Amino acid sequence: MANSFQHTPTAQELADLKARELDAICVNESELVHPWWHNLKYAAWGILFGIVFVKAEIVSWFRIQEMFRFESFHMYGVIGTAVVVGLISVLLIKRTKAKTIYGEAIHIPNKEFNKGQIYGGLLFGLGWAITGACPGPLFAQMGAGFGVIIVTFVSAVAGTWVYGLLRDKLPH
Amino acid sequence: MLEAIKQPWPWYLAGALIGLTVPYLLLVGNKSFGISSSLRHLCAACIPANIKFFKYDWKKEAWNLFFVGGIALGAFLAAQFLSDPNPVVLAEPTAAYLAEKGITDTSSLMPSEIFSWDQLFTLRGLIFFVVGGFMVGFGTRYAGGCTSGHAIMGLSSLQWPSLIATCCFMAGGIAMTWLILPYLLTL
Repeated sequence: MANSFQHTPTAQELADLKARELDAICVNESELVHPWWHNLKYAAWGILFGIVFVKAEIVSWFRIQEMFRFESFHMYGVIGTAVVVGLISVLLIKRTKAKTIYGEAIHIPNKEFNKGQIYGGLLFGLGWAITGACPGPLFAQMGAGFGVIIVTFVSAVAGTWVYGLLRDKLPH
Repeated sequence: MLEAIKQPWPWYLAGALIGLTVPYLLLVGNKSFGISSSLRHLCAACIPANIKFFKYDWKKEAWNLFFVGGIALGAFLAAQFLSDPNPVVLAEPTAAYLAEKGITDTSSLMPSEIFSWDQLFTLRGLIFFVVGGFMVGFGTRYAGGCTSGHAIMGLSSLQWPSLIATCCFMAGGIAMTWLILPYLLTL
């Protein structure tokens, strides 16, 4: 079972992983190759996630205003709890040397510091307060039927594209 | 039961479920949690334009696109079948401030005074949708992650660059909310 999808990466695949790792924290570290329907595991969790986003009003522009105006605890509670639960989980996974359901060793890539985290972080913060959405809630707002958010979403994709275009000229 | 589910969910329940995304993704497939990368994969899949940053095998990261597709579908289901008929309950000072700026419609999660199609071709609409969205897409990629990748995954795995990024997200948001947004809202 553990070896049914196993395969040794070629030099070209390793170069490809390097490219995907540029400025990204969430990279597919798995070297297993699966048929496409294995991705439904992620879609299923995404559905739960989308329901939580709407039902806890995390996708609401109002909640983001309250957060940045320090007038409500709600969003701080959500993010704080998520970090604590995540922290304990990662600790447990590391302590127990837990493996994935396919028997692969779990690997969490280390993030290197660069100035982009400051400049980009500030820029994103400015946009977050205007739109009331980080990338995840953008998908949820569109799904929940706020059609005009398609314009925000396309603009966000354009912003990502322009970053890719200018990347070598920007300070990092 | 259904009535209880339709009420707004408390922060601790939402926070716990979002936090559990971290071990879920690690355990089912060695994936680190992050959402903004989906925007990059869309660029790589649809408009790579021979840019080095988009020249990689995006199909390897297709899981991320399934995940965000799921988010949109889940939000659709929640809005269709679990939606709360009552208006959003805002903190009083926030409600008073927004009312002063002409924003009073709390009947849905987004104020219709701003987030509707007829606002799109106004100066304010242009800033809220196009400029705001652009900053979200450009900024998250420049920072190498968003609230999920840095603030949740990064902090959960004790990475100090993620702490810097998270502080900058907050600093940018606070600056916008207190210094610039009061003018933008009344444009």
